[in-house]
Amino acid sequence: MRFLLRRLGFFVLTLWAALTINFAIPRMLPGSPVDALIAKFHGRLTGAPLQAMEAELGFNNHQSMLDQYGLYLKNCATLHFGVSSSQFPASVDSIVGAAIPWTLALVGVTTVLAFLLGTALGAVAAWKRGGKLDSILPPLFVIGTGLPYFWIGIMLIMFFADINPWLPSAFGSDSDVVQGWNGAFIQSVLLHAILPAASLLITSIGGWVLTMRNTMVTTLAEDYIRMARAKGLPSWRIMLDYAARNSILPNVTGFAMSMGFVVSGAVAVEYVFSYPGVGYQMVQAVDNEDFPVMQCLFLVITVAVLVSVLISDIATAILDPRTRSAR
Amino acid sequence: MTNLLKSIRHNGKAVAGLVIMLVFLVMALVPNLIVSGNPATDTKAVSLGMSSKHWLGTTAFGQDIWLQVVHGARPALLIAIISGLLATVLSVLIGVGAAYLGGVWDDALNLFTDVVLVLPTLPLVIVIAGYFSQHSISVMIVVLVVTGWSYGARQLRSQALSLRNRDFLEAARVRGERSSYIIIFELLPNMTSLIVANFLGAALYSLLTASTLEFIGLGDTSSYDWGTMLYWAENNSALQTGAYVWAAAPGLCIALLAAGFALLNNAFDEISNPALRPVRRLRVATS
Repeated sequence: MRFLLRRLGFFVLTLWAALTINFAIPRMLPGSPVDALIAKFHGRLTGAPLQAMEAELGFNNHQSMLDQYGLYLKNCATLHFGVSSSQFPASVDSIVGAAIPWTLALVGVTTVLAFLLGTALGAVAAWKRGGKLDSILPPLFVIGTGLPYFWIGIMLIMFFADINPWLPSAFGSDSDVVQGWNGAFIQSVLLHAILPAASLLITSIGGWVLTMRNTMVTTLAEDYIRMARAKGLPSWRIMLDYAARNSILPNVTGFAMSMGFVVSGAVAVEYVFSYPGVGYQMVQAVDNEDFPVMQCLFLVITVAVLVSVLISDIATAILDPRTRSAR
Repeated sequence: MTNLLKSIRHNGKAVAGLVIMLVFLVMALVPNLIVSGNPATDTKAVSLGMSSKHWLGTTAFGQDIWLQVVHGARPALLIAIISGLLATVLSVLIGVGAAYLGGVWDDALNLFTDVVLVLPTLPLVIVIAGYFSQHSISVMIVVLVVTGWSYGARQLRSQALSLRNRDFLEAARVRGERSSYIIIFELLPNMTSLIVANFLGAALYSLLTASTLEFIGLGDTSSYDWGTMLYWAENNSALQTGAYVWAAAPGLCIALLAAGFALLNNAFDEISNPALRPVRRLRVATS
């Protein structure tokens, strides 16, 4: 219980840090969002409309920094993120809200797949240490972790969409199908998700394989494994119940860490595939100097990563009795 | 030191990584030894395929791709090595500092490290870079160092913690040595392999993140970095117009250099952690 409370405290603290960074960065660096907006309207924006815009963006020169900060925190808590400056007067919430489901589905499914596949492969590689799989997989995945996500995406488009026109290379679905719960739309979405998901899978699976393999190699040297062998247990039981079960913990804790990496990768991959998710919107917002949308997207991504960290903490507490008694 | 060299020579991954590094180092230091010409020159021959005159063809702007690829090694290595070094220095200061100082300092620095660690880096990097109106190499390096030190700091802290109460440090303290002497001459030399591994990891992170930033247009678009080459290739629909080499070659270089860093990093991991070394017994049995 105490462990979970500590982690919850950490969650709140990190969230506050992210909020504050988000508040401070635009105010510390030269070139404020308001300047960008004025430049966009070629100086024709003055007087009352300008002040209204500034207030909408949270930049009010007549307020002290502390008041601005208070108002900003209040707006974040009430999910009031203002209006987009590039797609004025669309609200930030509507733009971001439309992007979230796409990323959630893409990143969620690929992360779970990478975790399951990678852990299984790592366990088998460690069990047959020095065997064929173990001599091929780890070096391959060491190189794989160094591959740039977006370039894998480009190469997949090249081979599977341009040279062989088998799969769609851009957007989340075909534009001529009606969005909703109908077969045609779901099929279109799945087809469009194959290549982006594959690019994420190829680069992120290596981490799981290597962590699992390396932990399990250490576990296999433990005395209780020899004991299990001496008892004459079937080897699949030793592998699953004794070795794999005791080695999976770093992978579960690593789940949180890897969420950050996968989300980062997803930003680049979505850009390559013009996939209408959070990452693509973020790059668009940066290109258009649409700071309100950019800030909101950064917060959404951070909250998603923090929540997954919290979930993996809870999972660790359930799986590892030692953490429960830890002070 | 001779032991270290010996274990590098006997480690296939380390050798492969070193060879890759050496090739790119030559490209970065003396590009004119390999190619001659200016990567920005317009040859008036637009979007050519591979030929003996233009090994990798030309871009949609008539520039020689092979020339650009060779010249791209310098900024890539520069960014990777400088930000890798600076991030490692920061990791050592914060990680080892926290472990050595202990108490409240340790709690505070450790919490700070954890907070930075879980913040999603690429979105943060994009947000910071997005606010800068000009995108120079120095801005890039600052952004990469600020976001890239935390993982190393955590690892170094835990190793320094395990070393803190060893006898040789106790002996130094009894001798009446100053803290600065103990940390620099007694503690750090015993952490060399982990520090080197951290540098390689930080350099790899910097290379990949910098390339991603350049690719989405947040780099110096007038330079000839590999990421920027990909940005121009993407913006000129290289794939749709069949200019496959333009999109493939720079990415392949990033991937190769990254693989070099990753292989060296992994090799150092194995050298510093004997449990991960390949089993010798098996090799004897098969031969």
